[in-house]
Amino acid sequence: MKLNRSAAAGTLESSDIYVQAAPGKGQVEIQLESIVYQQFGPSIVETIRSVAEGLGVTDAVISAVDRGALDCTIRARVETALKRAAKEA
Amino acid sequence: MNKLVSSVKEAVRLSGLKDGMTISFHHHLRNGDFVLNMVLEAAAELGIKDLTVNASSLFEIHAPLVEHIRNGVVTGLETDYMSGTVGRAISEGVLAKPMVFRSHGGRPADIESGQSPIDVAFIAAPTSDNMGNCSGKYGPSACGSLGYAFADAMYAKKVVVITDNLVDYPLHDFSIPEIYVDYVVQVDRIGDPAGIVSGTTRITRDPVGLVMADYAAKVIDASGLLKDGFSFQTGAGGASLAAAKYLKDIMLRKNIKGSYGMGGITGYMVDMLNAGCFQSLLDVQCFDLGAVQSIRENPAHMEVSASHYASPIAKSAAVDSLDVVILGATQIDTDFNVNVHTDSNGYIMGGSGGHSDTAAGAKMAMIIAPLSRARLSIVVDHVLTVSTPGSTVDVLVTQKGIAVNPARGDLREQLVAAGLPVVDIHELKARAEKLTGIPRPLELGDRVVADVRYRDGSIIDHIYQVRS
Repeated sequence: MKLNRSAAAGTLESSDIYVQAAPGKGQVEIQLESIVYQQFGPSIVETIRSVAEGLGVTDAVISAVDRGALDCTIRARVETALKRAAKEA
Repeated sequence: MNKLVSSVKEAVRLSGLKDGMTISFHHHLRNGDFVLNMVLEAAAELGIKDLTVNASSLFEIHAPLVEHIRNGVVTGLETDYMSGTVGRAISEGVLAKPMVFRSHGGRPADIESGQSPIDVAFIAAPTSDNMGNCSGKYGPSACGSLGYAFADAMYAKKVVVITDNLVDYPLHDFSIPEIYVDYVVQVDRIGDPAGIVSGTTRITRDPVGLVMADYAAKVIDASGLLKDGFSFQTGAGGASLAAAKYLKDIMLRKNIKGSYGMGGITGYMVDMLNAGCFQSLLDVQCFDLGAVQSIRENPAHMEVSASHYASPIAKSAAVDSLDVVILGATQIDTDFNVNVHTDSNGYIMGGSGGHSDTAAGAKMAMIIAPLSRARLSIVVDHVLTVSTPGSTVDVLVTQKGIAVNPARGDLREQLVAAGLPVVDIHELKARAEKLTGIPRPLELGDRVVADVRYRDGSIIDHIYQVRS
């Protein structure tokens, strides 16, 4: 799946995650800020990467601000942001 | 005799405040308090250094305290509760020596016993006369009770009353009498009413909070303690207030006449008093306008000192007669130890307040908390900071089940018999981690930034510096 524009999904409410996705520079680059970074940081990055891979995204900048979202929430927000970013600009 | 002085700075000068002394403050003006900042600014202008600040609580409005620590005006800090910028700065190590946390009962006990002597106490008084008879019930900055200020007024070597509502002598219905007061200062404003009391504290509309509140009320009903003469304290959090509302419904339906409600008092407790659920309220601090109005107008709504509320060395304190208290937690461990001092990243964001005092005194101490908050289980193997020992905690209520301290087999049987969803606390932890995943352990620094003193004076835990 190819990204064509910037898009976002989610909120900054507690237990949610705000995800922005945009076309990248030839690879998937992930930036994460999280209130539970110390406890779950690498696991959240891995979840985001696996959603991108599952959708066949190979070129994207994904930046996420996490407020303690569960894994299922992270997956849903990332998928939505990527699909929105894949629409024609 | 003239006690009136022209400015806070003049009062500080006349009080004889010198390098290395201890000054004290009470927190009834909460996040609207101007007085602590005013006094420290005056002390800084007078070139005074190396002060210890003993404040019953600190809030975001006290952020300028951090600068006074950086420039050496303040080198020691003692409090019962601390939120916001000051808590973060202490966690990051701004203060060279560890600060001291006490409970709302332990603080006046240590002041009275001489464990923590105070050189100059500053009383923020919403109304005072020129001799220092003062009250929190009247005036543009009315806060209601002045409960935490009594020990300071009675035991400090010098006492300065700061007011923005100076009235003719003698003030009727005073709380703190002139016999303790050395100086009185009139200022434009002692605080911002918007930060002193909430307009109305509201019960939660969050469905998870309402389920917890419903269980909490049913646990109290099933405990055998809910009968005529029942006494009760609850916090001002949304779920705690909802629990009080459900409890009120049960008490009215069963026509139960309780004896007293206690604590930081909200309009919801006032409603219970007025509905006949209690004979009286014992009030150490008012949280909202409904409480302030009630303590001013209703003789059954009584101001109590912090010692009367919760002192472990008083001949008796009101916590000793308490049946049920509902309390919050940032973490609770499988031994029922509770943390209300630090957040999930180790930053100071609270403190015991009356938590450990009421837990120790009440026949049933109930913790009410959601199973997880922001991807972290409320139940952990070991709390980051022990605020209240598990031996004084009886039951944990979450939206996914109720865990009873194994030491309270009798209570467990009562709750099971009432058909409530009782589960082992380890099972609650497992259910939470199934949703959240297993967190990596938090890494903290080696330096102690705070000592947590339990109400009996023993050091119950240390708080360590966070890693930046």
